[in-house]
Amino acid sequence: MPLVYAGVCSHAPGITGRAHLAQRSQRDGVHTAFEQMRLDIEATKPDAIMMIAAEHFANFFMNNMPSFAVGMADFYDGPIEDPEWLKIDRFRAPGNRDLSLRLITEMMNSVDVAYAEEWLFDHGIAVPLSFLTPKWDLPVIPVNINCQGPPLTPLHRAWAFGDAIRRAADSVPERLALVGTGGISHWPATPDSGKINEDWDRDFLDRWCRNDKDALLDYDDLTVYADAGQGGFEIRTFVAVSAAALGATGRVRFYEPVPIFAVGCTVADYQLAEVPS
Amino acid sequence: MSLYYVQKFLFEINRDPAVQERYRADRHAAIASFELTDEEAAALTKPDIGKLFHLGVNGQILMHFAAFHQIEWADYLQQMRDGIDAYGPVREGVYAITGYEGTEAHTERLMQEGSD
Repeated sequence: MPLVYAGVCSHAPGITGRAHLAQRSQRDGVHTAFEQMRLDIEATKPDAIMMIAAEHFANFFMNNMPSFAVGMADFYDGPIEDPEWLKIDRFRAPGNRDLSLRLITEMMNSVDVAYAEEWLFDHGIAVPLSFLTPKWDLPVIPVNINCQGPPLTPLHRAWAFGDAIRRAADSVPERLALVGTGGISHWPATPDSGKINEDWDRDFLDRWCRNDKDALLDYDDLTVYADAGQGGFEIRTFVAVSAAALGATGRVRFYEPVPIFAVGCTVADYQLAEVPS
Repeated sequence: MSLYYVQKFLFEINRDPAVQERYRADRHAAIASFELTDEEAAALTKPDIGKLFHLGVNGQILMHFAAFHQIEWADYLQQMRDGIDAYGPVREGVYAITGYEGTEAHTERLMQEGSD
């Protein structure tokens, strides 16, 4: 069945972990945007939610780093971070091994994905899901694109991966919601944490909303690093969602730079053809 | 230099409670099986967050290690800055200092712009 939802959002750990340090108006704005995203997703009645994250060495390391990985388990535990630090209690999120297996099998026809029958969630998935499925009651299909350990997954391959996700979703009867997390410009976990290039973010989001493949792939890592920090490498997850949405037009539902959260907080989605329930 | 093994140890302690227990019980024993220089071993056992950042540890790995040591966010950022002051620029890896006014001044500026 075609994807019932395709969107993107931030996943910075400060959004939950440092919420108490933010200005109230900033915190409330971000949290309200996530609440609206939750309602939008629930309205599509998904059977599962696929989260394309840029994970941060929770599961994959430079001893064996996949370009793409997809979880294939019936449950996932998290967060790996100190729960007090992240302000998210330990949880066990449901998965759907059988659905993962069918999706991965289809994806493998065009992209060599790694699969993982164990997967610990870090903030890349846990922060968005703490808002989107606060009761941890919707099966999750976790996905990772290597945005952390160079050499990184090339952008055009992230696009090809998004194509594969769309074909895989089309091949199963389940209703699948797709969310890419991360980005956009930021310098997380460094002395420059909090720096945000708003102009760069807005230009990227414009390309994303137009779903302009050429413009979205017209970045190189050196320039991204200079303009958008090493956190900017996470545009790969947004690019994959663009490909999966196949030409749909997007809209920015929320964007606001919040330095204490270390990112321009973002919620955006594509306007997909409605899928009958 | 064996930045890879410094990060490998941090990867394991960040995700594995059993490694965390071993480190709590005996820091030197916990890192004994990793190929580390004396400088790296000292930075991991002290721990010297500034030195680890200077050595090139990815912040996404270092951040969790700092949280494990109950180091507050602002202190974590400051310890990295102090490390750069004391030991010099990041030696290898993907990090460099790019210059930033700090979150408080930045937030104040955004609030000011918002009310204009």
